[in-house]
Amino acid sequence: MLGLQILIDGFAISALYGLGAIGFTLLFGVSGVLNLAHGGILLVSAVVAWLLADQIGAYGGALAGLLAGVVMAFATYLLVVRPIQRSRAIPHEEKEIFVLTGTLLWGIMIQEVVAYFTTTSPHTVRPLVAGVSVIAGVRTPTNQLLTAVLCWAAIGLMWLLVNRTRAGKALLAASINPRGLTLLGFELQRIYLLVWAIYGVLAGTAGVLLGAFLGVSSENAGTLTASAFSIVVLGGLGSVGGSLLAAYLVGYLETITAYLISPSLRTIPALLLLVIVVYLRPQGLLGRR
Amino acid sequence: MSLRHLLPALALAVAVPGAAHAADPIRIGVIAENSAISGIAIPNAAMVAAEEINAQGGVDGRMIEIVAYDDHNSAADAVRAFQRAANQDKVHAVIATYTSEVALALQPWAGRLKIPTITPGAASDEISKRIHGDYEHLKYNFHGYLASAFLAQSVCDAAKDLLTNSKLKMKTAVIMSEDAAWTGPLDAGYMACLPKIGLTVLDHIRLSPDTTDFTPIFNGIEGKKPDVIVTGISHVGVQPTVQWANQQVPIPMFGISSQATSSTFWKDTNGATEGVVLQLAAVDTVASTPKTQPFAAAYVKKYGITPAYSGYTAYDDVFIIADAVRRAGGTDPDKMVTALEATNYVGTVGRVQFFGKDDQFTHAMKYGKDFVSGLVVQWQDGKQVAVWPPAVATGTLRFPSFVKLAN
Repeated sequence: MLGLQILIDGFAISALYGLGAIGFTLLFGVSGVLNLAHGGILLVSAVVAWLLADQIGAYGGALAGLLAGVVMAFATYLLVVRPIQRSRAIPHEEKEIFVLTGTLLWGIMIQEVVAYFTTTSPHTVRPLVAGVSVIAGVRTPTNQLLTAVLCWAAIGLMWLLVNRTRAGKALLAASINPRGLTLLGFELQRIYLLVWAIYGVLAGTAGVLLGAFLGVSSENAGTLTASAFSIVVLGGLGSVGGSLLAAYLVGYLETITAYLISPSLRTIPALLLLVIVVYLRPQGLLGRR
Repeated sequence: MSLRHLLPALALAVAVPGAAHAADPIRIGVIAENSAISGIAIPNAAMVAAEEINAQGGVDGRMIEIVAYDDHNSAADAVRAFQRAANQDKVHAVIATYTSEVALALQPWAGRLKIPTITPGAASDEISKRIHGDYEHLKYNFHGYLASAFLAQSVCDAAKDLLTNSKLKMKTAVIMSEDAAWTGPLDAGYMACLPKIGLTVLDHIRLSPDTTDFTPIFNGIEGKKPDVIVTGISHVGVQPTVQWANQQVPIPMFGISSQATSSTFWKDTNGATEGVVLQLAAVDTVASTPKTQPFAAAYVKKYGITPAYSGYTAYDDVFIIADAVRRAGGTDPDKMVTALEATNYVGTVGRVQFFGKDDQFTHAMKYGKDFVSGLVVQWQDGKQVAVWPPAVATGTLRFPSFVKLAN
C-alpha cells in the first residue's frame, strides 16, 4: 500500500520535474544558454493561470498560463539574452558569464515583481479536474494523475517535433555543430527563436501543472531554477534523455525519503547523489562532454 | 492583492495628513514584511488608525505620523530599519513584525535606543520571557499579540467545547505545526492541554516551512487515524490547505492557521479552505468589541480585503501608543513605558492590559474572558463563520463531505 503510494506520487512528481528540466536542457544543448530565470518563468505561468482562472475558468486560465510561459521565454531571449550575445562591448569568451548573470538578475526581477503584485504567499492553480481516484486502495487526486499524463504528452510531442520534423532536425544539428549548420544555409537566429518557443511551451506547461499540483510562491523561483539545474547537471547538460532519467531518480529519491525517513529531509539524498555524480562523473549520467 | 492595496503602505513615509501643525508630530515607525498578507496588514492598519486619530485632532494637538519600512521578513533588514527609524527618522515608538524571530532580534535594539516597541503579530513566549529576565534593558518592549502559550490555551478551550464535549466526541489528535520559534511553546501548550480536555495526542509533527509537497505528511497522519489534526501554521498555509482538500484527507483541521485569517485566503486556495477551523483574535464578522467591525469596515473600504490577524492588533497598538503618550504627557520613552504598563484599553480584540514586571509573561497581553480571549471561526462558503465562543457564534461546525467524522 505504502509502496504503491510512493510509486504513484513519485511518478507524478518526477514527470513534472522532467518536464521542467527538459526545456532547460534543450535550451542549453541547442543555444548554449543556461537560463537562470527558469524558475521565474514557471512562476509567472502559474500565477497567470491562478489569477485568470476566476474569470475564464480553469482551462482558460491554464491556457493563459501556457501563453504567459511563451511570452516570458521570448521576453527573456529578446530583452536579456540576445542583446548580450550581439553586444560588441562584451568579449566573446565572457558572454556565457554575462548570460548567466543577466538571466539570474532577470529572474530576481521577475520574482520581485510577482511578489509585489501578488505577495509572497503561495498560489495554487485551480485543478483541471476535481476529485480523487482510488487505485488499489491508494487515494490520489485525479488532477495529479492528469498532471503525469500531460507531462508525458508534452514530452512526447517535443520528441516527435525534434526527431520527426525538418525544423526539429535542424535543432538537433544546431546542438551538434552550429557552424556546419550555418554553412548549409540555415539561419541560426531562426533556430534560436524556435528553441525559445519550444522552451516557452514546456516551461509554461510545467509552471501551470506545478501550480496546480503543489502550488508556487514567488519565494520558490530560485529553488525551482536550482532544482531544474541540478536535475540537468545530474543527467548531463544538454542531454534530454539524461534529464528525464535524472528527474525520475531525484523524484523517487525525494518521495522515498519523505515517506520512509522524514518529509523535512526530502531533498537531502538527491543533493548528496548530485555531489557524488559531479565528483565521479562530471559530465553527468548520460552527458557526452 | 492588487497594486491598489499595496501602494498606500509602500509609499514610504507618507505623512498622514499633517497639514501645517505647529506641534511636533508623534512619529510611529512600522516595520513589517510588505509582500506577505500578515505583514502588509500591519502598516495598512496603522495607517487607518493614524488617520482616525488625526481626524479627531491628534493627541494633545500632535498629529500621528506613520513611517513605514519593509523588512522583507529578515531580522537584519528589520534591525537596520529600526536603527534608521530611531536615528534618522526620530520616531517615538515602533510597531514591528508578525515573525517571532524578527521581534526577538529587535528587542535589544528597542532597549539600546530606548524606543517603546510593540509587536502586533509575533507570538513566541520567548518575547516576554526575555523582558522578564532582563527588565531594566528590555522594558521598552511590549508583546501586543497573544503569546503562544495563550494561543494553545485558547485552541484547547475551544476544542473542549466544540470537539470533545460536543456530539463529535473526539478522542484523538495529531499536532501538525511548522518548525519556527513561535510553535515551540505552542506545541508544548498543546501537548499539555489537549490530554486535559480528553484528546490523546497520537503524534506530533513539526514540518519544515519550506515543505511544498504535504502528501507524505498527510499520509503519515492518516495512518495514525486521529479524529482531528490540531494545526500551528503561519508561514505555510495555502499549500497544506489546498493539498488537504485536493487529496481529500478525511480528517478535519483545527487550530492556528494565520494565513487563513485574511479574506484573501479563499481566493489563494481556490476555496480549498472550506471547512478549515481556526483560532484568531478578531474577525470582521464578529463584534468582539464595539470597535472591531467599524475598523474592519474601514479597512475593507480602504484596501478591498479584510485585515489579517495582525491588522487588528496593529490598529489597536497605534491607539495604545497614542493613549500612553497622552497619559505620559509627552514622548519621553521611560514615561511612555510606565504609561504603557498601565494600559487598560478596549480595542478591536478585547480589553488590552499587559502583565507587569513580576509576572512570568512580563509585558505580554493578558489572556482571558475579561481581556483578550480569542475566537474560533470556520470557513464556510467563502466566509469566516464564528463557531466559538457560544456568545458570539453565528454558526455550527460543518465539514466538507470528504471529512469523515468519527461519530
